[in-house]
Amino acid sequence: MKARYLVPVAILAALLVFLGIGLSRDPREIPSPLIGKPAPSFTLPGLNGQPPQMTEQNLHGRPLLVNFFASWCQGCQVEHPLLLQLSQQGVEIVGMDYKDTDADGAAWLARHGNPYRAVIADAKGSAGLDWGVYGVPETYVLDASGTIVFKQIGPVTEEVWRDKIAPLLGVRR
Amino acid sequence: MRTAIALFLVAIGAAHAADLSADQDARYQALIQELRCLVCQNQSIAESNAPLAADLRDQVSAQIIAGKSDDEILDYLTARYGDFVRYRPPLNSRTFLLWFSPGLLLIAGLAIAWRVARRRADVAAAPAVDQSKVQELLRRVEEHKS
Repeated sequence: MKARYLVPVAILAALLVFLGIGLSRDPREIPSPLIGKPAPSFTLPGLNGQPPQMTEQNLHGRPLLVNFFASWCQGCQVEHPLLLQLSQQGVEIVGMDYKDTDADGAAWLARHGNPYRAVIADAKGSAGLDWGVYGVPETYVLDASGTIVFKQIGPVTEEVWRDKIAPLLGVRR
Repeated sequence: MRTAIALFLVAIGAAHAADLSADQDARYQALIQELRCLVCQNQSIAESNAPLAADLRDQVSAQIIAGKSDDEILDYLTARYGDFVRYRPPLNSRTFLLWFSPGLLLIAGLAIAWRVARRRADVAAAPAVDQSKVQELLRRVEEHKS
């Protein structure tokens, strides 16, 4: 007889568990369908024409990070010190200046420092569209074959670097 | 608020009216209502003011003009942004619960209601007390006392 009264309690407990899971998840983190797929192709100039042209082929050959940023982006300033630190440790990062003018992008890098091995000017956001970017900063981890293995939406933090990205790059710390 | 949204939708439509035939425009309107803005998440790309929503609207109209079918356009966006971009995600193993949980909950509710109703019916149909037997027992109790 007692078991009957436990049923509503059990249902309530199950609902609370689901609610808890729902609340602890970040709704911004939409799983990317590009994980496990080759990096989408693009042909774009470098920032201020340096280098004159970059394609996805330039990203092949070694694991690296592709970081979509912009001079107008607040979150980018949050993660920027960490990116600078990582580049000093030898992590290869390619920047995608997303929906930005060359002048603004270059000025922003001059002021905050440049952690990028190369900066690609995605002035119209066309590469961003193909890569499924919907809000900078977004950071993609590519393996040596140019396959996307991870996507970070929002700023890269110490925790994200340590727990998710560093193991993928096989970084020795 | 409703008028504001309606006016806004008209404004968006007007921006593309020049490029799209009436037929294409109907498809365009239907598609942008069905695509979710990933930045604001609770608005379709038709309603959203976010720059990304504007990009996606341009993409949809450009692809309609280029002669792509509705399915091809949806596939194009799903390949980049995932099922999340669609308000009506396709039915597959991951979205099974999403599609069927309302029906399953309804069936569960009906089953519980049916069981409760049946139990009440059982109580109502319980055999009536035989009054003559009660009288007989009472009489014997009285006898026993005296």
